[in-house]
Amino acid sequence: MPFIEVARVTKSYTAANGAIRPVLRGVSLSVQRGEFVCIVGAMGSGKSTLLSILAGLTRPDAGRVVIDGEPVDRVRADAAFVFQNYSLLPWLTAQENVRLAIEAAAPTLARQEQAARARRALEQVGLGTAVNRRPSQLSGGMRQRVAIARAFATDPELLFLDEPFGALDALTRETLQQDLVRLCSSTERPVTAVMITNSVEEAILLADWIVPMLPGPPATLGAPIRIQLPRPRSVAQLAHDEEASEVRAHVIATLTATLCVRARGSSMASPQDAIAARRLAAEESR
Amino acid sequence: MRVKRFMHLLLPMVGVVLAVLAWWAASVMIPELPSPARTWQESKIYILQPLVKRGETDQGIALLAYYSLLRVAQGFLLGIMIGTPVGFLLGVSPLLCRMFDPLMQVMRPISPLAWLPLGLVLFQKSETAALFAIAVCSMWPTIINTMVGVRAIPQDYWNVAKVLRLSKTTTFLKIIVPATLPYMFTGYRLSLGIAWLVIVASEMLTGAPGVGGFLWQEYNSLIYAHILLAIITIGVIGFVLDRLMGLAEARLRAA
Repeated sequence: MPFIEVARVTKSYTAANGAIRPVLRGVSLSVQRGEFVCIVGAMGSGKSTLLSILAGLTRPDAGRVVIDGEPVDRVRADAAFVFQNYSLLPWLTAQENVRLAIEAAAPTLARQEQAARARRALEQVGLGTAVNRRPSQLSGGMRQRVAIARAFATDPELLFLDEPFGALDALTRETLQQDLVRLCSSTERPVTAVMITNSVEEAILLADWIVPMLPGPPATLGAPIRIQLPRPRSVAQLAHDEEASEVRAHVIATLTATLCVRARGSSMASPQDAIAARRLAAEESR
Repeated sequence: MRVKRFMHLLLPMVGVVLAVLAWWAASVMIPELPSPARTWQESKIYILQPLVKRGETDQGIALLAYYSLLRVAQGFLLGIMIGTPVGFLLGVSPLLCRMFDPLMQVMRPISPLAWLPLGLVLFQKSETAALFAIAVCSMWPTIINTMVGVRAIPQDYWNVAKVLRLSKTTTFLKIIVPATLPYMFTGYRLSLGIAWLVIVASEMLTGAPGVGGFLWQEYNSLIYAHILLAIITIGVIGFVLDRLMGLAEARLRAA
């Protein structure tokens, strides 16, 4: 039985003027325990909506999500989330931000022990010297490190990542990607991760499976692509590796082929639809 | 740079001098209006001996201001102690907000002069009635700003609360309150301004010792210079209060 089972999930949003905008239709997905899955698609294609349904932040209109045998109707205790915009609380220091997650997960733990764990989690991502700094005193990369430390601090079994490296420069992105891989493999229990990205390169670097999201509205999922490249992988190595190039070509071909079909199929779509889709995308990114 | 700083001080001084000149010109034309010089002559005992108590209302200006400030502080604290939680409730619950918003819009523009007699009827004591009027009039900006502050909390922070599965108490203490704090302080500043406005009206009606009571008594005693003294004092204190709250607010935003 798969660890995460998504079956025929459909979701629409009602716009302010009462119009109903479909976002997802008939989305199904299975993820085995310990797998790293990347959902790849264009901006505003409904990826974030799907992820927040998986995480229990949003309810689907139809269909169901089952994780570890339990239907998802709220945020699971063993799940952690990393957002693109860091989502750190600006009035707390790095350590306090991480400690807040630990406190929520283990309220009976002594404050000092919570703080010590938070410090260790920050040391794990190379922020041992920045524990007392506030988010505004940290660079984008460092903030995302804090967010990653916060996610791993509670020893999660499930990780949801919403374009975590989307706002970072290329160099920072690569070191953080490697940190993420290291953290995922260093936990005691296997971590199952679902990550959203619009970068095929990033998906190939990290994923066991790549699931293309076909833009809508409503968006649907394409057939998953298995990535069997040996680990550890690096950007430099993937750039030259023949097998990697084949995988990349295959993923891009799948994505663009389905995009082309979509584009032809939706040639009747009105400009209003396009505007609505863009508005929806903007709402989603908020 | 130096010229700029000089102008920064000089221009307001020029403004004051011009205003005093206009006052003087007006006093020449209207014989009842004391001239600036006469106002100073008749008022200097209050200013130069600010802490001397000669009678119930015949006291140094600092003492009078102290009574007024004490009353304002009590009414203002009462107002924000009621206004802050109400603001949080209305901010968190759209239902309550829809329920009470029209009522609030109706009650907000009611003058302190209207609340005071009601306070006298309710509490039978002028001192309590004055506090009631100050609290009721000054709490609206606190309620409204706190409410707006809670509504303005970015979705990101709510997501953090949901994802970390924070309890209601933790969400309130660690997210809602800190995120709302700057708005709350803006509300407090506006509330304090109103509380200070109300003090004069309520002291005039209740005859309590203070700057406003002094103003009314001197009007009845036909000592018009002292009315001007009271007016200037009220203005200066109001300005200082606003500046102090502004400083506290800026401190908070920087932190």
